[in-house]
Formats: sequence, structure tokens, C-alpha cells
Amino acid sequence: MAGGLTYTATDSTQLATAEIYGNTLLALGKEHPEIVGLSADLAKSTKIGVFGEAFPDRFFNVGIAEQNMFGIAAGMARAGLVPFLSTFSQFASWRVADQLHTDICYQNVNAKVIATHGGTSFGQAGSTHHAIFDIGLVRTLPNLTVIVPADGYETANAVRAAYNTPGPFYIRINRGFDRVVYPSEDYGFELGKALMLREGTDITVIACGSCVFQAISAADLLKTADGLSVRVLNMHTIKPLDVEAIKSAIQDTRRIITVEDHSVIGGLGSAVAEVIADTGKGCAFKRLGAQDAFAPIGLHEDIMSALGIDANGIADAVRAVMHMDFELDDDWDDEV
Amino acid sequence: MALDKAEWLALEAKAYELRKLLLETCHWAGSGHIGGGTSVMDILTVLYHKYLNLKKDDPAWEDRDRLILSKGHAGIALAPVLADYGYEDYEALKTFNLSGSRMGIHLDSNKVKGVDASTGSLGHGMSIALGTGLAARVLGKSYTTYCITGDGELDEGSNWEAAMAIAHFEAANVITIVDRNHNMIDGNTEDIMALEPLADKFTAFGLDTKVIDGNNIKELCETIDYALASDKPVCIIADTVKGEGIAFIEGDYKWHYGAMDEANYEKAKEALAAHYEKRKARAEKEGN
Repeated sequence: MAGGLTYTATDSTQLATAEIYGNTLLALGKEHPEIVGLSADLAKSTKIGVFGEAFPDRFFNVGIAEQNMFGIAAGMARAGLVPFLSTFSQFASWRVADQLHTDICYQNVNAKVIATHGGTSFGQAGSTHHAIFDIGLVRTLPNLTVIVPADGYETANAVRAAYNTPGPFYIRINRGFDRVVYPSEDYGFELGKALMLREGTDITVIACGSCVFQAISAADLLKTADGLSVRVLNMHTIKPLDVEAIKSAIQDTRRIITVEDHSVIGGLGSAVAEVIADTGKGCAFKRLGAQDAFAPIGLHEDIMSALGIDANGIADAVRAVMHMDFELDDDWDDEV
Repeated sequence: MALDKAEWLALEAKAYELRKLLLETCHWAGSGHIGGGTSVMDILTVLYHKYLNLKKDDPAWEDRDRLILSKGHAGIALAPVLADYGYEDYEALKTFNLSGSRMGIHLDSNKVKGVDASTGSLGHGMSIALGTGLAARVLGKSYTTYCITGDGELDEGSNWEAAMAIAHFEAANVITIVDRNHNMIDGNTEDIMALEPLADKFTAFGLDTKVIDGNNIKELCETIDYALASDKPVCIIADTVKGEGIAFIEGDYKWHYGAMDEANYEKAKEALAAHYEKRKARAEKEGN
């Protein structure tokens, strides 16, 4: 994919996801002088610092004042700039909820929020820094596109899509390294279109973010060990949601599990549940994630295990859901 | 841009006309934020009819001066100003606050022409104004951004984040004007949450702060002239009277939002006329 990037495929195993974001923004910034960067004393942590070093006149560190940063971004966007704002996901959502609601979304400005340290990826920091309720908040806001990329290359695609699409974006990425789902950027990323990573007819696992890699691992494990045919969807865009992909999953597999590094209330699981309910079709269904609870403290992978959103947890859930009953309704012509 | 007597008198006449239109709008709507609308009207009059560099035929002109009305509940003052200026349909004022109208109490920047920000949730305006100010710097534009805040809304901490940043970024192209009318919904600002010493606070945050009579058009003009000439960001604390111009509501916090029935409407019209006579006499006496 074009874009004058400064890294190669092999770098995705050597660069943290946020570093790929920083590099992608840097490349975009070279081409588009209207892009500006904003940080709230987290330029190094969020990796937007490389943009700031290259374009000091287009980079503004506002100190530890996220509300101010979001208001400034709204003013800048209304005046014709394209601000990229970076802070931790917890602060980019709940801390600034009113500014995000009114200044950014109500005004429908062209501002791009890159929310880092998403989910439990900064697990050791504790629940003050776990962002497992952010999607539940931001998904309710009109005009806002919400993306949870699966890995570094998907982040690069999401950041470019955000620049190329007018309107506010919330892109939630992880701290540190992500397991690699895509070996390159050229896999057909399209905003609002889920990607099928494994074909399957017995059950569908719908995942986003760091759970996509885990879902693939679970599907491969279940194929070998249990002979199950597990469809895996990477639902990178939470809003607008790929409703058709979910409807097809209901129709084709009649069993769905969602998995996310987030509470089961308000996030991907809730979004998928809304679609299932709207279809009126019977579907065995389970949401994996934090079960209306704050997450424990620990390394990201340990928390994912504790929440049951790693490969083993997903495999266990698949086996359970394969034993669930649902009401059959073979007449799909009326609704799908 | 010193203010001579003729221009002062013309601005007094315009302020009177706009206060009457505000009263009409409040009457059509049945009720409204008349207290804070009348207190800020001299500031709006001076900005729209002396200072703001705008194009009448292009409200979205990219080089225009900006006005961020952080005290969004004064939409009932701004909407008449915009209609009178020619940006908005005069007839639309008759729908203000009514079902199906483009004009709600807090004006929507995507629906009402000439509104530079959708405000109403308090404490947002100064940050937005700084954003437009910094954008001018990045884009190489010379426009000025004015931000009008209420005084009660200064309880919101986000204002002080913005004040600190306006000073830090040396955004002299952002002029902050506080409509210091001393009252908020539940009472006097000093009783509810004391703001004083307010000027010292803004000064400590790094803004060059001036306290003036905000219902005195000459003082307003002199101070805005000072701010425009300054290479430092200026904050003007415009000491105003809530309800300015309508004697029976002046200084009464209970008129933050009030109903305008026929009796009050007639009484208010008379009060505005008397107020204008006093204002004219002052301009005649003190102008030169």
C-alpha cells in the first residue's frame, strides 16, 4: 500500500503497535500539512512524539489536561486542521466524555482520537488504567467511527482510513507489542467490513483487538483437537458495525461467541447482541470479556487468561456453546 | 480604532435595537435566559458592529474572526444579533426554543449560520477558542478569536486548564472576555462558589487581565483596542449587570431564566426605552 512508510513487514514484530501508529502519522504528516498532533504529557508513551520531533510547529503538548486537549482539537478542526489526539484510552473516553460528546461528536468535527493502552494492555497499572468500559461509552456517540485494530498493520490501515474519511474517529490500540495477525498491510482492510480469518460452519467467533489472534489460535486448536469448524471474524470496526457479516454468521452457523478485551456490557458483545436481537432469529450466544467487573492486576496475557479471552478460554467457551440449544427457524427469506 | 461620539451613539442605538429584539425573541419563545442575555448584549454589539472581521455574504469565510460564546445559554442574545447582522433568517427567531426549530436554547453550530461553536455545556469555550487560535498560527492566518465566558461557569476546572494553556502558548490572538454579571442559577456567585479575587486568578494564570465596566461601550472599545494591540493574551473581566436595561430584573439572579408574559413584556419594553435614554445621555456627555 502506498504511503511512503519507513518500516517493512518484518518491523511489525519489532515495533510496538503504537510505534507503527507514530510512524504512520509521521508519513501522513509529511504529505498533509493540515495534520497536527496533540498530546497530554504522553507523547513518548503514545508514540506521537516522532510526529512532534518532525513537525514541532504542528505539535502541541497541553500537559496533563485531557479536557482542554479535546476542546482545542475541536477548535482546530473547525478551523480546517486535522488534529490527531493521543492519550490513554481510559482518559480519551471517560475523562473527556463531555468534550468528546459535545465538542467533537455533536459538532461532527474532523478530529482523530488515537486511544492507546486500550483494554488491559497496561495491566500492571491497575484498574485506573485499564480501559475496559471505553467502547461502551464511545459506541453510543453519533458521528463517531470506532475502530479496535487487531495488530500493528491493522493500526496503520485504520489511521490512514481515519485521515481519508471526514469526521471524528476513535481508534483504540494497545500498549506494547501485539501478536501479529497480518504479515503485511495488504489484506483488504476496509472500514466497516469484518474480515473472515477462518472459514467455519459450526460456530462463529467474533473478535476485535488483541482477541483476534487468540480467536484464530482457538479455532485452529478446536479444528485439530475437536474437529470443529470455527469461523473467525475480525470485527475491527465496532461502529459502523458490519451487520451483514453478523447476519450471515447467524444464518450459517447458528452459534456465536464474541470476545473482547472489554466489559461484556456495552462493547463488541453488546453490539453483536443487538444485531442478533433485531433479526429475531434463534442463535446460541455467549459474550466473553470482563463480566461486569474490574479486571485483576497483572501482565496483559495473564489478565486475558483470567478473563477467559485467551485461546484456551475461547476454546472452552466454544465447547460449552456447542452444547447449547437454540430454537430453529429455517425461514430466512423474511428477514435476512 | 478610537471611539468617537458619533460611533458611540450609533453603537448605543444598535445595542438598544438588539436588546429589543432579544426581548421580542424571549416573548415569542415564552421564556428565556434574559438575565445573562441582556448582560452580554453590549459586548456582542461592540464585537459584531465594530470589531469582528466578517463577510456578510459568507458566514463560513475561512479568514473571519471567530466568536466562541462559551456561555451558550446566551443563545437568546446571539441569535438576534446574527439575524440582525444578516446571517440568519429574522423569521427563524420566532421559532426560537420551539419544537422543530433550528434554534434551540443553546445554538447548534451546524444548524445556525455564524455560530462558531456548539456550546452550552459550560467550561468548554476557552479550549475551543485556543484551538482556533492555534490553528491560525499553523495556517498562517491573522484572524482573532474572541471567547465570551460567563462568570458562574468559571467554577468549571476546564476553564483554568485552558487559561494556563492560552498563556503557555502565548496565544495573543485569543481574547477572553468574562461576562461578570455576578449571578448564577442558584444565586450570587460569591455565595455559591466565590470567584474573587478573580482578576488575580487570571493574572496568576498568565493572562494580562483588565477589569472594566462591561456595560460601558466606550470602556469595552478601549479595552478591546488594547487587547488587539497587545502581544500578550488578554483577559477582559467585563463587570456587567445581569438583566442590564430592564430595571425590574436587574441584578436579580431569579431572572437567569424567566418567563416573558404580556405584562412583563410591556413593562420590559418601557424599561429598555428608558435605559436607552440614559445611555444616550451618557454618550452625549462623555463622548468626544
